[in-house]
Amino acid sequence: MSEKSEVILEAKHVTKKFPAADGRFLLANNNVNLKMYKGKTLGLVGESGCGKSTFMKLLVSLDTPTEGQILYRGTDITKLKGEKLRQHRKHIQMVFQDPASSFHPKMKIRDIVCEPLLNFGKIRKSEKTEVCRKLLEMVELPGEYMDRYPHSLSGGQRQRVAIARALALEPEIIILDEATAALDVSVQKTIIELITKLQREKNITIGFICHDIALVQSVAHQVAVMYLGNVVEEIPGHELNTKAVHPYTKALMGSIFDIHMDYSRPIESIESEPPSPLDLPKGCPFQERCGYRMDVCKKEAPRMAEIAPGHSAACHLLNLTAR
Amino acid sequence: MKKKNVFLQNKTFVIFSVLAALIILTAIFAPLVTGGADPVKGVLADALLPPSKEHIFGTDKMGRDIFTRVIYGARVSLSSTFAVVALILIVGTITGITAGYFGGWVDAVIMRIADMMLAFPGLVLALAVAGIMGASIKNAIIAIVAVSWTKYARLARSLVLRIRNCDYVSAAVVTGSKTSHILFRYMLPNALPTLLVTAATDIGSMMLELAAMSFLGFGALPPAPEWGYMLNEGRACMQTAPWMMIFPGLAIFVVVVVFNMLGDSIRDILDPRDE
Amino acid sequence: MDMLKLTDVTISYKNVPTVKNFNLDMKSGQIVSLVGESGSGKTTVIRAILGLLPGGGKVTGGQILFEGTDLLSYTQNQWRKLRGSDISMIFQDSGAMMNPTKKIGHIFTEYILTHEKISKKEAWDKGTRMLERMRLPSADHIMDSYSFQLSGGMRQRVGIAMGMTYQPKLLLADEPTSALDVTTQAQIVRQMVQLRDNYHTGILMVTHNLGVAAYMSDYLIVMKNGKIEDQGTREYILNSSVNEYTKKLLKAVPSLGGERYV
Repeated sequence: MSEKSEVILEAKHVTKKFPAADGRFLLANNNVNLKMYKGKTLGLVGESGCGKSTFMKLLVSLDTPTEGQILYRGTDITKLKGEKLRQHRKHIQMVFQDPASSFHPKMKIRDIVCEPLLNFGKIRKSEKTEVCRKLLEMVELPGEYMDRYPHSLSGGQRQRVAIARALALEPEIIILDEATAALDVSVQKTIIELITKLQREKNITIGFICHDIALVQSVAHQVAVMYLGNVVEEIPGHELNTKAVHPYTKALMGSIFDIHMDYSRPIESIESEPPSPLDLPKGCPFQERCGYRMDVCKKEAPRMAEIAPGHSAACHLLNLTAR
Repeated sequence: MKKKNVFLQNKTFVIFSVLAALIILTAIFAPLVTGGADPVKGVLADALLPPSKEHIFGTDKMGRDIFTRVIYGARVSLSSTFAVVALILIVGTITGITAGYFGGWVDAVIMRIADMMLAFPGLVLALAVAGIMGASIKNAIIAIVAVSWTKYARLARSLVLRIRNCDYVSAAVVTGSKTSHILFRYMLPNALPTLLVTAATDIGSMMLELAAMSFLGFGALPPAPEWGYMLNEGRACMQTAPWMMIFPGLAIFVVVVVFNMLGDSIRDILDPRDE
Repeated sequence: MDMLKLTDVTISYKNVPTVKNFNLDMKSGQIVSLVGESGSGKTTVIRAILGLLPGGGKVTGGQILFEGTDLLSYTQNQWRKLRGSDISMIFQDSGAMMNPTKKIGHIFTEYILTHEKISKKEAWDKGTRMLERMRLPSADHIMDSYSFQLSGGMRQRVGIAMGMTYQPKLLLADEPTSALDVTTQAQIVRQMVQLRDNYHTGILMVTHNLGVAAYMSDYLIVMKNGKIEDQGTREYILNSSVNEYTKKLLKAVPSLGGERYV
């Protein structure tokens, strides 16, 4: 898939544990290994509690992993502190989920969008107006908006401002954390079109975190599916629909109410609840809800194994077919 | 902004800010108000005279004009009260924001110290501090500040914690804001309005605490014209010269009520609009 | 006879009309969805039917008939009798509607006791049986739990169970699956369709999820800016509609195997 592209960001054996009561801990991320390539989008999909938000926070250095490394162009950013960490932040920026809370309510658009540049002394205060106009143009917003406050804009417009802010420092990587989840579907489409256009123009690497598997496969070159803190499958976006093998991935796809679906087909749903992340059973994290569970699944956690270039999955079923 | 509306719609605020201004002006222009009389020197022969045309509040046991002492007393009371309020506001805000923002052991240490302060009844601890350091207005101020800063620290801390994990604060971090920028541009402006309103409503009670300290002999020293101390002086002559207590007492009452009402009306204006 | 009939309904907030000329004929046992984006007025319509418009909202024109009776002429008391018995409603977050300081059993019992004069124990048993009938696992455990101890999906199912206790003729659902994970969403959708199959309950649902609406509904109404933009059966809306807005909405919904951007 990406032999030509270089690896910009790599997570190696990233594990994050949160201490909970009684000496137990919450395993938010378990041995996550993922690569992000220059100019390509990595989609991270999973339901609530799967650990994608935690992982995203680690990528943008809002938190540090309990174990493991995150390498940006070879440097382990988890070890950076103080001014070195702050300087590194230029390279990875973020767009948040909720356009209503992403901005200081009392700051004007101009100040919001230019704040990153002033933080690093890249522009002077006198240049703010001109710079802001250019950034707003990039996200297809009129320059007059710079004197407005965020609450006077619509959700879609605010997300455009958030994208402009993320672009201000010309980062190599932009992480979009459910950036379209709070938007109407038609507005979502325009934001996705904007983001993918900007990616093509500026060769930006994108991390797209999402709970909508149909959306993620349409915008990502590579998709990673997470369940209870584990990556269970990694597959090129265009192959997800046809070649996914992990039972959870298939369950996710089967649960979608697609407008192009066959309505005579009964909807699949996995009964039962996911276990509490505090008391994870030994073995495969998906064992309790998996229709294909075998004895080995209860004893041993499956490892990610490559099925084809760019496609790997963690499931004992694969070992069976391999034999 | 909408200043005109604020004044028109909030008669309480207007009335009491005018009154407060009058009180402050009286203190500032005390010599004018008292016609140049000396609050500290008295004519012994005129001791303990009841209120009359010459001495409208009467005289005390040293023959000093009580009216003059009450007016000059405003200077002492007001300046020391504002000093106390300003100091607890500053100390409380700085420690509270630091504890709230940085968390971890910094938070733990600051909050445990604050807890310790809360374990003592305020006035008793203030008396102990003043007792150790010796009685004077300055030490009374220090004593009260030492005990009262904790409320502001807790308040500032909770206001910081409320927004600490908001997306826009995380955004400020991710976009490379320095910690000082976040503290001054995000945390402080969020906490300040509520803290200022609290300070305004506390002026009255701080004034009372200072007067109480002086009344008990741990604050102002003679011959300073301080209302609390004057109350103490008047206690001995309560039966024979009640005016020695009545007028300083009234002064305390009036000023505390005015500032309390002013503080309340400020809070009423700001709080409903506050998010 | 129509079960629910809205004729030329206009709803205004503080005298500004937000929904205009809304018409609906719904027969018993039908599943109808109101779809649209934010600001389309779909939630306003459904709340008006139950007399639950938030502050300042009023039906300022038209008629709402339920089994022939004019709902708009109802007194508060009549509304209260109607809610939960003939017409029931479930919300996007049923959990938020439940008092977090009380156990589910307590909440359910209180709900039953507002409709029937029976003993607390009988009400508790009735609640437990209702949960079992809705195929919720460990009904006793659920009755004994607090709302925050249950998952979002479980709370929704409890909300549905409560709404179905008196086998209402009409179930109003306001974004019932929007706050849920997709795997849970599928469970809830299946359950709701079963309600119609087993109890002949009519369902009027508001949702922004076209996929869910299309799967469940016999009939869809597309709303935009307070007006009905398009309406029809599933087949019509998905395949044959010539309405520009409907087509734009359909095109915008991400689909597996559909348009890709990279």
